[in-house]
Amino acid sequence: MTSWLKSAPFYAYIGIALIFIYLPVAILVLFSFQDGTLPVPPFNGPSLQWYEKMFENERLLDALFNSISVAILSSLVTTLLGFLAAYGMAKRLPRFAGGIRFILMAPLTVSYLIIGIGLLITLNIFGIAKSLIAVGVGHAVINLPLCFAIIYSQFGDHMKNIDAAARDLGASDFQTMVRVIAPIMKPSLFAAFCLSATLSWDEFIIAFLLSRFEVTLPVIIFEMLRAGLTPEVNAAGTVVFAISFTIVALAAIVMMIGVREKK
Amino acid sequence: MNNEPLVVLDSVSKFYGDVIAANDVSMNIAQGEFLVLLGPSGSGKTTILSMMGGFTIPSKGKISIAGEDVTDMSPAFRPTVTVFQDYALFPHMSVLDNVAFGLLMRKVSKQDRIKRAEESLDKVGLTGFGKRGIHQLSGGQRQRVALARAIAVEPAVLLLDEPLGALDLKIRHQMQEELVHLQQNLNATFVHVTHDQEEAMSIADNIALINHGGIEDYGPPERIYLRPATLFTAKFMGESNIISAEISGQDDDLVKLSTKFGEIALPGAGESGAERSVVLRPEQIKIGTHDASERLIALGECKVSEIIFQGTHKVLYAQGGQGMDTHIQLRAAPDFAVVVGDMLEIYAEASDAVLLTH
Repeated sequence: MTSWLKSAPFYAYIGIALIFIYLPVAILVLFSFQDGTLPVPPFNGPSLQWYEKMFENERLLDALFNSISVAILSSLVTTLLGFLAAYGMAKRLPRFAGGIRFILMAPLTVSYLIIGIGLLITLNIFGIAKSLIAVGVGHAVINLPLCFAIIYSQFGDHMKNIDAAARDLGASDFQTMVRVIAPIMKPSLFAAFCLSATLSWDEFIIAFLLSRFEVTLPVIIFEMLRAGLTPEVNAAGTVVFAISFTIVALAAIVMMIGVREKK
Repeated sequence: MNNEPLVVLDSVSKFYGDVIAANDVSMNIAQGEFLVLLGPSGSGKTTILSMMGGFTIPSKGKISIAGEDVTDMSPAFRPTVTVFQDYALFPHMSVLDNVAFGLLMRKVSKQDRIKRAEESLDKVGLTGFGKRGIHQLSGGQRQRVALARAIAVEPAVLLLDEPLGALDLKIRHQMQEELVHLQQNLNATFVHVTHDQEEAMSIADNIALINHGGIEDYGPPERIYLRPATLFTAKFMGESNIISAEISGQDDDLVKLSTKFGEIALPGAGESGAERSVVLRPEQIKIGTHDASERLIALGECKVSEIIFQGTHKVLYAQGGQGMDTHIQLRAAPDFAVVVGDMLEIYAEASDAVLLTH
């Protein structure tokens, strides 16, 4: 048996797995260019009419802007909180580190639906209206464990000595953090920000439960789906996918450069 | 140099729960002294350095520097700077910004900062390296940047935590010499931690040998090596022949000892029957026939069991003494003709032998 034949099942398996994952996305993207009213076969040839229609849909454009705002602002907050938690734990609280890490990571195990309902009830109790800010808070809650984990993983023993060296040379707590620690952690801060922004950008359940008049893009897409299947939904979905993909790719590249520099 | 010690440790201890990291350590370090804290890993030498630097607060005792009590003072405010084993350089800054960091924190003007940082780089032999990134430097160069960064703020005491541990042997020897030159040029006080006794002996004015959190021996390298105060010192500072002995009598100021090599008389005193050790370095054991006298110790015959040629000399392992079962290590000239199984007559000078209690 030749080596080509031996490895054939291996490549076949990878091919099938990739098709399974990416075929639906490819079909979604393809039918966003459908010339016709239904996003189903046969494909009638390429057309940008649904993109034109989408960019005339003001409610959808508002939602796009809302989604971007929520993603950026909630991710800034999450990254800052994650950094402060990771820095504090790496440095100051070795005795309680296990317990605090558990508390910080626990939300990962709770479903978004439960967190969303919990936030909804809490907002009700305090008489706070549903809004985009509430959605942002919800996204900060679900993304904090991930941001914390990414940033904390980059605090090694060498960071402890770097921190000690900065203080030894006369830097205050704040100077040490801003001038030394944060700049060194920049790649992982950026990666944490990007992943948090992608998750917020895609997130539907919490956005659906906690928003009222102003909504985010996934919520609008859901409304459009309920009204009926048109290639405009595909076009909106394609935009969501393209932006997610870009942010994740950016984060991956920055992380890779960061790792290479460390060597 | 005045007579007042620069750094004073007064009965300093550090406990971590039941673990004693440093136990009742007292020492005086003079201005301009190169002190080496030497000891096996886990002996507490790094803890002692860390307490001088302010990263560890003593459980008991007092530390003062230049007459000021610094026991609880944070590292930023005390006149010490620590050079860490992993250098702890700031990877996102250029070499010059690293070296100038301490000056920036002291609000030195930009012009002075650059000038003084460049002077520091000159002193460690890195002239013109200011614009480079940390990632572009070799291990030895990073070590120099860490030194330059530390001396740029002109600390009264420079604390070095195994700074040469990560370097390969050749660069390590070179850096040892340069550290001594740097210390002499700056006329600064250096406290250097290492577990390597050869490194300690080649750079130190004084060695503090640390064991189990306490000072086992303290003094100039020659004294520590040639006249070790304890059995631990004798074993830690290079190779030793340790001969068990029992006091059999006293003759004026000489104590008579019975050993497997016969009776040995050495200056000292002690109760009859008490156990002692006689320590002789391998190079202090000589080959030749001599009768025992006040000046010489005859060690009888030994049988060579192993020969290792090392260029400058031959290391001989042999067995001798009563019953021919005591291991002895000695040295011979590189051209000394000997084969395994040869019988050699050996002796030592009485003034070389060190008498230690068990």
